Amino acid sequence: MKYIDEFRNGALAKGLAHAIAYEADTARSYNFMEFCGGHTHAISRYGIADLLPANLKMIHGPGCPVCVLPIGRIDLAIRLALEHQVILCTYGDCLRIPASNGLSLLKAKARGGDVRMIYSAADALQLARAHPERDVVFFAIGFETTTPPTAVVLRDAAREGVKNFSVVCNHVLTPSAIMNILESPHVRTLGTVPIDGFVGPAHVSTVIGSRPYEFFAEEYRKPVVIAGFEPLDVMQAILMLVRQVNDGRAEVENEFTRAVTREGNLKAQALVSEVFELRRTFEWRGLGEVPYSALKIRRKFGAHDAETRFGLAYTSVADNKACECGAILRGVKEPRDCKIFGTVCTPESPVGSCMVSSEGACAAYYSYGRFRDVAVRAA
Amino acid sequence: MCLAIPVRVVAKPNESTALIDLDGVQKEISLELLDGVEVGDYVILHVGYALARLDPDEAERTLALFAVAA
Repeated sequence: MKYIDEFRNGALAKGLAHAIAYEADTARSYNFMEFCGGHTHAISRYGIADLLPANLKMIHGPGCPVCVLPIGRIDLAIRLALEHQVILCTYGDCLRIPASNGLSLLKAKARGGDVRMIYSAADALQLARAHPERDVVFFAIGFETTTPPTAVVLRDAAREGVKNFSVVCNHVLTPSAIMNILESPHVRTLGTVPIDGFVGPAHVSTVIGSRPYEFFAEEYRKPVVIAGFEPLDVMQAILMLVRQVNDGRAEVENEFTRAVTREGNLKAQALVSEVFELRRTFEWRGLGEVPYSALKIRRKFGAHDAETRFGLAYTSVADNKACECGAILRGVKEPRDCKIFGTVCTPESPVGSCMVSSEGACAAYYSYGRFRDVAVRAA
Repeated sequence: MCLAIPVRVVAKPNESTALIDLDGVQKEISLELLDGVEVGDYVILHVGYALARLDPDEAERTLALFAVAA
């Protein structure tokens, strides 16, 4: 497929791997965080980690919306389906996230809840139009990529007066999460998570542009290279980061120029700010309460805000004690450091959210990398 | 979650809708978030919405960069 296959070329990948190994200074180490789950998945799936020199390490960041959604938010969705008997629509990624009392949205569906998987936010609004007698709630999650479509359906629902349609807004913001990581004691004072630079988001940046990252480059002296999600994009971005570190530069560079501009998608940004405003604080799995890190629906669209409409009160719920998702999301631990990884917790039966989404660090490592560290013995 | 793919616009039934083709699979998508899309353009598609236009010249430039490094 055009604009996909060319960016997966094996011969070019080999060349880029050589260039990275050649330019990386063997006298020092390089630690880069890929913020996005999309990059985490690409790095695991295409074996990029094996193509990098031993002194260059990729740390997986918290940019997977499924992984950072706390249990309490999924509990709200389950309550809507089982107690309020609504038609609960959400993206497929959300259905298997483990929630309280051994439930997930999929298990709530088995108990009679009307839970529907949708491809697009537009499908949720269409369901509401088709079932005027039922309450239809869209449980919306995602970073800046996924927020504009939710804004479109909220605007359209208000315009058309689709009274039975509402949204639980769980949309979160990339820059706040990066800031939280940079300000964390592991990075700032303890130095247990050394970060020399960031591979910046691909599709989030098509919407917000490259400008919001300039602050991190200037204020925290960390290089950022925005990269596409194909394997060659990731490798080129790593090469660009190595060069910035070698030169002592901390700039925002854009590898994904075929889709990302400095300004981003202004039309989408305008619509998002018309429909949403900042939440004072929002709980992230792994990061805890992060100020001004998420969006809520503006009062003007309040009739379509499921949280006020159904009087939903959020209660924070602790993660499973054995689960290390929190530490993994902060880059403090790796999946293989978790006791239940690959034994009790697998993609078929996940305990923690990082095992649910294919972009989660644990699921990516389980699917593509779990035998990497096993010594091969001839029989 | 932020999964999005480059797809080719093959028709525009109206100003806010495009018919796209991905390796033979065709689907109607929304252009509510992107102005000025023409038939023949490649756009980045995410959950049924075009989010950005793909710039073919910039794509060529990036591919050339890979070749230089290699």
